[in-house]
Amino acid sequence: MTAGSLRVLNPQNVWGAETELNRDGFYPSLHTTLKPVTRVNYLPERDADKTPILECIDLGISFGGLKAVDNFNIALGRTEIAGLIGPNGAGKTTIFNLLTKVYQPTHGTILLDGKDIAYMTTEQVNRAGIARTFQNIRLFHNQTVIDNVLIGLHNEMHYTMAESVLRLPRYWKAEKIARERALEYLSLFHLEEHAEELAGSLPYGAQRRLEIARALATNPSLLLLDEPAAGMNPSETAELMENIVRIRDTFQIAILLIEHDMNLVMNICEGIAVLNFGRIIAKGSPDDIRSNPAVVEAYLGRKGAKKL
Amino acid sequence: MKKLNLSKGARTDLLTYAGVILAFIVVSTLKNNGGLNRSQVGLLVPICCYIVMAVSLNLVVGILGDLSLGHAGFMSVGAFSGIITAMALAEAIPSAPLRLALAMVVGAVCAAIFGFLIGIPVLRLSGDYLAIVTLAFGEILKEIITCLLVGVDENGLHVIFNYNGAKNANDLNLAAGGRIIIKGAQGATGTQTIASFTAGFVLILITLIVVQNLIRSRQGRAIMAVRDNRIAAEAVGISITRYKMMAFVTSASLAGAAGALFGLNYSNLAAAKFDFNTSILVLVFVVLGGLGNIWGSIIATVVLYILPEALRGFANYRMLIYAVVLILVMLTTNNPIMKGYLASLREKLGKRSEKEANEA
Repeated sequence: MTAGSLRVLNPQNVWGAETELNRDGFYPSLHTTLKPVTRVNYLPERDADKTPILECIDLGISFGGLKAVDNFNIALGRTEIAGLIGPNGAGKTTIFNLLTKVYQPTHGTILLDGKDIAYMTTEQVNRAGIARTFQNIRLFHNQTVIDNVLIGLHNEMHYTMAESVLRLPRYWKAEKIARERALEYLSLFHLEEHAEELAGSLPYGAQRRLEIARALATNPSLLLLDEPAAGMNPSETAELMENIVRIRDTFQIAILLIEHDMNLVMNICEGIAVLNFGRIIAKGSPDDIRSNPAVVEAYLGRKGAKKL
Repeated sequence: MKKLNLSKGARTDLLTYAGVILAFIVVSTLKNNGGLNRSQVGLLVPICCYIVMAVSLNLVVGILGDLSLGHAGFMSVGAFSGIITAMALAEAIPSAPLRLALAMVVGAVCAAIFGFLIGIPVLRLSGDYLAIVTLAFGEILKEIITCLLVGVDENGLHVIFNYNGAKNANDLNLAAGGRIIIKGAQGATGTQTIASFTAGFVLILITLIVVQNLIRSRQGRAIMAVRDNRIAAEAVGISITRYKMMAFVTSASLAGAAGALFGLNYSNLAAAKFDFNTSILVLVFVVLGGLGNIWGSIIATVVLYILPEALRGFANYRMLIYAVVLILVMLTTNNPIMKGYLASLREKLGKRSEKEANEA
């Protein structure tokens, strides 16, 4: 199964999450110890000896009787670019919402850098290191481009309300540094000349880039991108691919992305998980995925798969 | 000379300060030279109070984006706590301006405490529900103050909470020489009027400094982020409750200070003055001045406060004309053609001043 640069993470430990979890002194909750969990996780070679930045164990959520996501297990290397693909309605965005605690998981565990995030709110999860973008862009449309990034830098600035009202030296210093940093983030995405324009007035592709810049400004260790290439033309997508790899190389962070553009996914993702009806049907390197009959079936249907 | 490189926001802020200071100089010169008659002079302090009310309400309605209909409630808390402070300390602090300043501080603190307490349940709501609940709290505050009997003598403050209306001022058991400060539904009676136009001006400046500096800081950006996109704000690590509360409490405390100034401008003041109508009046100032637009709130307040007085000549038709003016202003400011015209006018002016700057 090991292919390319991926390595199986503790392949001997496929049954039960217990020993694996105790490695960091973490005691798993009851249902993870009692229920045998089938887990095969791959990490890139370079990250294999470090704690995965993200580990989902038997993660799931039910809305009433509907299991929107079930038995979701992945591990993500600290500098890995991974993809989450699957047909529409497979539960990809739901997983992002679970990871950022917009939804509370009904079972399972999420470990961010080995720490359980069960009791965190969306805002605390962000501070703990997960930043995200949205499928339908959610910018602060009435504010300038640079202000959007400055809002992203919110928790990177440390001055109190009294200091901002009285304009004490710490205010000026923090604002100056933040402004410089914001411009740096903008220049990563060639947005610096639009800094003073309203975010809502930017073209669609630029808004997507700005959203990534804003997410990066929160200084995450894991960046979740929800369809970053949606609505982009091929040349914009090519530039985006370069950008994503460059972000990873510059900031040394992990990136998990949902994308329908197979060209993008197959070219930059090191590990891919394929989701269908809320369950992972395949995991592995792009080559594994491409040749996996279950994946082809999920996308094309049984008949279509036979024809191939 | 090095050219000052200011952002658009900072320039607007400075112009607002400049405008307020200029207006103060002009009006106080007029006042000192007898250019204003008595009734006009009487309007000055209330105008200052309502400007502060409008600017502070703008922080909640325009900047935070939550419709609050109970702003007058915080004004009344500030007014009566301010009156009690000023009256109780009449002997201890002979200097009227100092007493006034202290009363405004106490009014602000009391209103902030009430703002915090009311904010805990209210800020969990949004939209219409929040508006209705703030309205209810505003009325509750008014009713609570209507039940108060407060007096002061050499033994200190005497307070009775007269919830069933069975007691009267005699039950306060004041020693000889004691003064009644608040007499239930009659409100504050016999208050020493120590409010002054200068104090109003200073309060406006303080309000502007607080609100404008807050808006252009990380806290202000967070507040606006909550308004513009709650989900995105949470996703970038902004605590919604914290910043909603910050805006709400700041707004309440400024309203409290304005209330203290307002209360000390009248010798008799009943709590019924701070009813729903007052909240709506302030909301009208904010909406007409433009949501989130600070100098707009100031101008709208001045114009709309003076207008009914200026229309006294029309006697019975006064409020009719007032209403028509309101409708006209709203129609014209929301008219796309009018907006386009104003924008092009601004552009022309901008170009001209640039040209002049280049020539100079």
